[in-house]
Amino acid sequence: MSGQDPVEIFRQEAQELFEEIEQGLLDLAHRPGDRDLVDAVFRGLHTLKGSGAMFGFDALAAFTHHCETAFDRVRKGEVAATSELVGAVLACQDHMRALAEGGAASEATGEMLLAELHRVVESAGQASSAEVAAAEPDLNTWRVRFSLPADALVNGTRPLPLLDELRELGDCQVTAVTDNIPDFDILVASECHLAWDVTLVTKHGRDAIEDVFIFVIDDMTLDIQAVGEASVEAAVVEKAVVEAAPSAAAPIAAPAKDEAPAAGEGRKAGGDTVRVPAERLDEMMDRVGELVIAQSRLKQLAASSSDIALRAVAEEIERLASEMRDTMMVVRMVPIAQLFGRFRRLIHDLARDTGKTIELSTEGEATELDKTVIERLADPLIHLIRNSADHGLETPEQRLAAGKSATGNIVLAARQSGAEVVITITDDGRGVDRARVRAKAEENGLIQPGQVLSDSDLLQLIFAPGFSTAAAITNLSGRGVGMDVVKRTIEGLRGSIELSSTPGEGSVVSLRIPLTLAIIDGLLVRVGTGRYVIPLSAVEECVELSVEQDMRSTGRSLITLRDQLVPFIRLRSLFATGLAPDPHQKVVVVAVGQERVGLVVDQILGDHQTVIKPLSSFHADVGTFSGATILGDGGVALILDIAHLVAAGQRSDAQLRAAS
Amino acid sequence: MSTQSMSIQASSIEAEAAIEALTFDLQGETFALEAGMVREVLDLLPETVVPGSAPFVGAVINFRGRVVPLVDLRLAFDMDAAAPTIDSRIVVIEHELDGEPTLIGLRADKVHEVTSITHDTTEDAPRVGMSWRQDFIRRLARRGGDLIVIPDLEQIFAAKGRSSASITPITASQR
Repeated sequence: MSGQDPVEIFRQEAQELFEEIEQGLLDLAHRPGDRDLVDAVFRGLHTLKGSGAMFGFDALAAFTHHCETAFDRVRKGEVAATSELVGAVLACQDHMRALAEGGAASEATGEMLLAELHRVVESAGQASSAEVAAAEPDLNTWRVRFSLPADALVNGTRPLPLLDELRELGDCQVTAVTDNIPDFDILVASECHLAWDVTLVTKHGRDAIEDVFIFVIDDMTLDIQAVGEASVEAAVVEKAVVEAAPSAAAPIAAPAKDEAPAAGEGRKAGGDTVRVPAERLDEMMDRVGELVIAQSRLKQLAASSSDIALRAVAEEIERLASEMRDTMMVVRMVPIAQLFGRFRRLIHDLARDTGKTIELSTEGEATELDKTVIERLADPLIHLIRNSADHGLETPEQRLAAGKSATGNIVLAARQSGAEVVITITDDGRGVDRARVRAKAEENGLIQPGQVLSDSDLLQLIFAPGFSTAAAITNLSGRGVGMDVVKRTIEGLRGSIELSSTPGEGSVVSLRIPLTLAIIDGLLVRVGTGRYVIPLSAVEECVELSVEQDMRSTGRSLITLRDQLVPFIRLRSLFATGLAPDPHQKVVVVAVGQERVGLVVDQILGDHQTVIKPLSSFHADVGTFSGATILGDGGVALILDIAHLVAAGQRSDAQLRAAS
Repeated sequence: MSTQSMSIQASSIEAEAAIEALTFDLQGETFALEAGMVREVLDLLPETVVPGSAPFVGAVINFRGRVVPLVDLRLAFDMDAAAPTIDSRIVVIEHELDGEPTLIGLRADKVHEVTSITHDTTEDAPRVGMSWRQDFIRRLARRGGDLIVIPDLEQIFAAKGRSSASITPITASQR
């Protein structure tokens, strides 16, 4: 263990626990009776309390204790997990987060939350307490046999409190089974070889006995049998739960791990993963980037040398560097589920605040993206989901009136498409009101009154700075700083955003995000004296620009490509090189989504593994370039921003069409 | 270099203490930068022109594997861009830009020694009698019969670093 701050470690752990608890609670809102969920949340709270106290977060531990106590009643079946209760615990959880961050979480807030929780628990408890009282069970006799793994003591499990807890349930007769204790000379004092045989007379059911072992159940062997006048019901349950009644002689040999084998395996697999601070990965990524640059220099040297041995080494290094790069990419990939998980809470809160019923479903959660990208996607996605919930979805009454189900649906989907990940946010709400968009845009001076716009151009206005259609500014959205910021963030990730919408049926926002930010495969081209890189993922094909096409296309820059007209941009005039064009110019056809555009270059130099270097803020407003890279000879090549160029090409094409 | 240390540097000129400054020439005028912010003085490197950027920062260079913008201070002081000579150098400084410490290359016709400038030899830029923008100059220092200009990079970068006109057809058609 390196010198990591233990408090930081606790915060990381707490962060995971919070997420677990939150997911459990949100699931619980849908399946209130699910015991596994209740147990999971309870376990989470319990662990949080324990580690909080251990790391000196006393306020957190004390506060969590109250929540745990409240939730314990849910677990014992005294209180139903109503949505009100779930909401109260979620609110408490936010307070815990604040406590764990060590921020300014006021004690008064905590007390208020606890009072609310108490009230909710009481009211929920009254509903079910009647049933509990009515179903006062008879005394039953149970035979409980359990043993702990040999390393249990080392791991901090203590058998005595378990026995004490069993005693609390009713009359106990405890016998220690000493059969498995090895000979004295090979006995290791720190290992646990005892098993226990307990005869328990209690009015509680099997669940209560199992609960005693809730924190150790994954690793132990446990056998609970009803003895004598066991009720028929209990016998049925027992048959279902217990795999096989182990013989009395060897209770340890037959591990009755039927409780949660999946969980046990999951834990084992978890032991093979390593937690690494993200900045170390970033550092490593930088090194790999430098390696790739050095390698391309070596490649150039080797190519101009006649030394066969040097060429062989250069090729080997090239292969290794490219493998290393690929491995590094994979290491940085995380499933997008991590991101999607956060939005369930958002939807829960949004539904509460807007009074709408909203169902969020997700698809393609296993799709992986670079960690940095995921982090930077969170804010834009939150904004888009809020928009869908606030502007898109109607109230239940409006929905019913429109002949839809009362529940509004938002679907969050991710899928990989080539070197990009496509994320869509789909809602089945009212769709974008074109008339309102137009009115608003005219009001803000974005378009002239009566200006003719294509439908997609009209929708595009939503992304213009300072645009907002919300009639009233709500808590959720409508401050008018939204969509243009979203667009900028997405473009900052070298991605693109698109909106389509059918009135009355809903809207779809699609984001296309490159898999990674750091390294891309590029096509190196020359325009005048400058060299530029075109991301290979965007390149569709390269064709020659014939002299006739060149001459003919003075007015309209279009080429025919397999019966389709594709607009093209002369990079030479765009970059104002002031040089005469090469006799054989090439057209590199690039595409973003369905849109295609040709880029006229003087020469295609070849493919190039590109480490993307950001441009300084001096050049941030030059939209044509998304970054720069260093070439094998030490020169700098600029990376073309394809989304920007395609949009430019399509637009100038549309203008030309309109003018002609 | 953070803004905080910038202000310390500014006040240290005003205080009695001397500062160490690197001096360099631009078209016959001598300029000075505090030595602490200077990373390296380089011979000329191949430059990559960034089409569409402001002429003041029209190019980038490869400085030890990093892509660094190249600034021409001449354009802030109404001087003409000149062809490089055998004495031309690039002074790489670290300066905070939009909250990020950024490496920036400055063109220089000739780089001189590091010299100390004491407060009593400096004065504020006069309000009249100068063709240069007054806010681009932090102090003027006297040395012998010469005048050394201590430029206010903060102001210059804020005013000149943004491209005035973008060449991309997008902005043109958006209007």
